[in-house]
Amino acid sequence: MSINATLIGQMITFALLVWFTMKYIWPPLFDSLEERKKKIADGLAAAEKGQESMQLAEKKAKGVLKEAKEQSSEIVNLAQKRANELVEASKDTAKKEGERLIQVAKAQIEQERQQAKETLRKEVSALALQAAEQILSAEIDKTKHQDLLSKISNQLG
Amino acid sequence: MATEAHAEGATGYIIHHLTSLTVGEGFWSLNLDTLFFSVVLGALFIWFFKMAADRATAGVPGLVQNFVEMLIEFVDTQVKDSFHGKNKLISPLALTIFCWVFLWNFMDLFPVDILPLIGSLMGIEYLRVVPSTDLNATFAMSISVFCLIIFYSIKVKGPWGFAKELMFQPFGPWLLPFNLLLKLVEEIAKPISLALRLFGNLYAGELIFILIALLPCYLQPVLSFPWAIFHILIITLQAFIFMVLTIVYLSMAHEDH
Repeated sequence: MSINATLIGQMITFALLVWFTMKYIWPPLFDSLEERKKKIADGLAAAEKGQESMQLAEKKAKGVLKEAKEQSSEIVNLAQKRANELVEASKDTAKKEGERLIQVAKAQIEQERQQAKETLRKEVSALALQAAEQILSAEIDKTKHQDLLSKISNQLG
Repeated sequence: MATEAHAEGATGYIIHHLTSLTVGEGFWSLNLDTLFFSVVLGALFIWFFKMAADRATAGVPGLVQNFVEMLIEFVDTQVKDSFHGKNKLISPLALTIFCWVFLWNFMDLFPVDILPLIGSLMGIEYLRVVPSTDLNATFAMSISVFCLIIFYSIKVKGPWGFAKELMFQPFGPWLLPFNLLLKLVEEIAKPISLALRLFGNLYAGELIFILIALLPCYLQPVLSFPWAIFHILIITLQAFIFMVLTIVYLSMAHEDH
């Protein structure tokens, strides 16, 4: 248990160990620790930044959405209005067209009526003439009443 | 001592266990077992940490790196707590002391007879496996620390500043001899207390393990197991104390009053 030269040997060993640790062990390990610390800090900062920008983007998106909604409702309103207008206009047109068609039909009917009247008149006059002719041929001398006959015929025609 | 070791019975067993394998005579003799185990444990420490240092990345750490970084962080915290100057030596020094002393002390947890038995099979008569039960080992470390304390005291304060501190504190210049005496005792007490504390704790611990080993075999586990568990605390604590006191002494050496 006495102190002897082992002391010196141990001191040399100790000095070598400390030197080696100081030179080759502590710096790389400590540096890697510090670097990781920095990395983590950077990462956290970046995450915070990202969150912030996300919030900003969300706000922006909300604004854009709101604007879009407003615009779309405006568009819908406009479209409705336009549709109403179109419906009104087409109703108008249809009405006019109907009226026109009625007018045309009326005109045609009138025309046809006129024609029928004319034909009827002609037929009636022909019939009357025939009947008169037959009566007259029996009762009246043709030559004697020539003037009268033509007069009547003219009046009927 | 070698002659005492031939005594018979329990005393002989104890003395045998506490005798170093020595070559040489007088002061110029070497405790081969202490040197051997210190160097092997030191090499183990260096190897393990160098491996971790070579693989060190700032990315995701592996298992070894995690463990080593935990120790580094632990030592760094201790150093930063008490030392505020700039010194590239103190942290590696503290790490080396902590790990080396811990490994020394850890040898105490091997069953007391195993390594001496293996040694005796190889023809080695005496083997003391715990370097910290050898005063040479603990004093070598504490004297090295003492030299560093003196070195940094002179380096930081200047030779005159250091001398002034020794002569004029704490009671002022009128009590110079008294101051000097007090300061010298204070300085010299540092390495002695460091070395003897570690030595005393581990020597006593080892002695208790040896005494337990002398008991009947059915009693041994009952006592040995709790003592070993308690000893895990002691060996870590002693390594920690040695490290922290070294840091504190060195930071005191850096402080200018």
